[in-house]
Amino acid sequence: MIKSYKFRRGLANGVIYFILGLMGIIWVCPFAYLLMHSFRAEATVGVPYLIPKQWTFQNYIDLFMSSGNASINFPRWFLNTLLVAAVSCVISTISVLAVSYTFSRLRFGARKKLMNIAMILGMFPGFMTMIAIYYLLKAMGLNQNLIALMICYSSGAGMGFQISKGFFDTIPRALDEAATIDGATKNRIFWSIILPMSKPIIVYTVLTSFIGPWCDFILAKIIMGDARELYTVAIGLQSMISAEFINDYYKQFLAGAVLVAVPITLLFLKMQKYYVAGVTAGGVKG
Amino acid sequence: MTYVEYKQLNPFQKFAYKFKTFFKNLPRAVGRFFKGIGKAIVKFFVAIARGFKNYGTTFVKGDWATKLSYIIFGVGDLHKGKIYKGLIFFAAEVLYILYMIFFGWQYISKFGTLGTVATTYVKKGISKVPVYGDNSMLILLYSVLTIVITIAVFAMYIANIKDAYKHQVMRENGKKPTSMIYDMREFLDGKYHITLLSFPVLMICVFNILPLIFMILIAFTNYDKAHMPPANLFTWVGFDNFAALFDIVNTPKKAHTFLSLTGWTLLWAVLATFTNYILGMIVALMINKKGIKLKALWRTLFVITIAVPQFVSLLLMNQMLATDGAVNVLLTEISHLFGNTTQIEIDFLGKSEVLARTTIVIVNCWVGIPYTILSMSGILMNIPADLYESATIDGASPFKTFTAITLPYMIFVTTPQLITSFVGNINNFNVIYLLSKGGPSTEEFYQAGKTDILVTWLFTLSMTSQDYGLAAAIGILVFIVCATISLIIYNNSKSMKDEEAFS
Repeated sequence: MIKSYKFRRGLANGVIYFILGLMGIIWVCPFAYLLMHSFRAEATVGVPYLIPKQWTFQNYIDLFMSSGNASINFPRWFLNTLLVAAVSCVISTISVLAVSYTFSRLRFGARKKLMNIAMILGMFPGFMTMIAIYYLLKAMGLNQNLIALMICYSSGAGMGFQISKGFFDTIPRALDEAATIDGATKNRIFWSIILPMSKPIIVYTVLTSFIGPWCDFILAKIIMGDARELYTVAIGLQSMISAEFINDYYKQFLAGAVLVAVPITLLFLKMQKYYVAGVTAGGVKG
Repeated sequence: MTYVEYKQLNPFQKFAYKFKTFFKNLPRAVGRFFKGIGKAIVKFFVAIARGFKNYGTTFVKGDWATKLSYIIFGVGDLHKGKIYKGLIFFAAEVLYILYMIFFGWQYISKFGTLGTVATTYVKKGISKVPVYGDNSMLILLYSVLTIVITIAVFAMYIANIKDAYKHQVMRENGKKPTSMIYDMREFLDGKYHITLLSFPVLMICVFNILPLIFMILIAFTNYDKAHMPPANLFTWVGFDNFAALFDIVNTPKKAHTFLSLTGWTLLWAVLATFTNYILGMIVALMINKKGIKLKALWRTLFVITIAVPQFVSLLLMNQMLATDGAVNVLLTEISHLFGNTTQIEIDFLGKSEVLARTTIVIVNCWVGIPYTILSMSGILMNIPADLYESATIDGASPFKTFTAITLPYMIFVTTPQLITSFVGNINNFNVIYLLSKGGPSTEEFYQAGKTDILVTWLFTLSMTSQDYGLAAAIGILVFIVCATISLIIYNNSKSMKDEEAFS
């Protein structure tokens, strides 16, 4: 009796291991393909086999030696993106934390209204306003300028307060009250009590806002237009597989994609527990 | 049905009952929704009326300085000794008047027509040189800016009157106005929300709200390729752009495109949301099952997909699904094992409508399931352990604990996520655009392909064919659909939540 129960459980686990293994392979294979073919030496675009026949570092070297090239300048793109990501990450993080602390802890007349407005604004399709933003930046003399990108990526940050507000809501209010009785101002409470206790959510906010500029390419493309030396890696890489360049640059595209994916993946895996904490803190509240 | 009767049903009957009541209550929910909007509008006008009343009574009760504040900002404050605030109010008025004289008025005065002076061409030697007339785009943009500034200054005007009256009352009661240093300190404590919110709100106003108002107004103009400033003027056309999307008789191609794409958008949103949700939940349950080892490894495998930037993985998928891409190569090699000798070249995204749509939904699973796994794993670990303990003591089987504890808990906790991801999928631009660019292309549709959803059509319309007016109209309609769906479900689930046991 006990034996058959054990057998059944073992069988069930075996089936689960099999499914998980299969799915794991499906999920990882495309990236393995990407990695392998970024080291491929032969042919230019597609090859009728899965594993490269000759291996080389040439694609990566070409990518970094391309700085003299007017239309493909990967090192420059990388620096552009790093700069934009760093600046907009700082501004976004400050905005998000300030807004979520305000909505979580401070009580004032327009609070509910402002939260509803933020929710409604979030329901407009983001692409609708791109044209207007483009003309607005042009009127300010900022089109084809990296500052424009920094502004665009950080301007809407204040509306993404839900997750960190959810986290702040879980910090007991008794702490605030005790501090208030001891004479602390709201400012003091924010800096000395709430922020030190919010490491997971700060890391989460920093992480998501830093990754944003690496992934967006629609807005960047509209703002930058044909100023190729100001591209970020996302639009740069996308332009490498456009009909004009794909024949010469396909393998370099793969190498570039690896170079973008690896640091972000490592960063992400390192910070994974904070990400999970962030997602669930926002989710559990409902 | 009474509560006891409901509790005696089995899970499937419970689900069926809830399903039925949801749709039975839907009309009422919709009704409540519109009644709520009506109430909000009434409340808004009542507030305005009250504002006018206060405006009048304050004027009657005010002394000379307060009365003068109705014309010159800040006089009341200056008179009562609140110097810095009075100066700020006064400076605001002066700056506003200067702004209007030197900049704002020339645009806002043409707001009604969006410009009348067309661009003409003067012959200069051989070539023709354009003499630019009004630029409708700039007129509209700066008019919106002027309107926003005017509203802000009006708010300041009201604040100035209120403040003047407040200080008048304070003086009558023998109190002195607070000092500047005290006020500054107050901004770190009692008025801290103003300090924290001012910067984010300013950014949102300039780069989100201003463009949004601009685009909403564009929806009511004929801004398109034939009316492109600065060479040509565009003007107000009322609801023509919206009519073009529904009028099957006069603009059959646009209306047909819009209606078909709406259908596919909704189908796509339902498919994408539920495949991700259900499959993700199953995998999360498998990973978190007791007795499964290497949990961290399994989770990491899936998390890699989230970590790799989405545009990289989607562009990669796009390349792999090409006729000579890796997927076809793999299929060919597998078929070689079975004695096939020809090359397989399936055009996953370019030919058949059904195949392209199916492929996109499947690839979307590949992209989206890890997100579900990640958040579900967190939630599964959060289920209070004592629930399981007491269930085991009461002799519940593993299956019973699953259907009675795990499943209801997960569904309860993740309902808000389900709604957000549904709305997110209606607006899911990246997956469609990077995978298929909307293809397979077709002549039936106006500037759209078979897998285009409304937002990607919006994008093509504004980027490729420059139908800005039409694009803006679609944007507004998408917004209305999203907002209605989420508000109705939100209201419904909130009332449902109160009856649940887990809150």
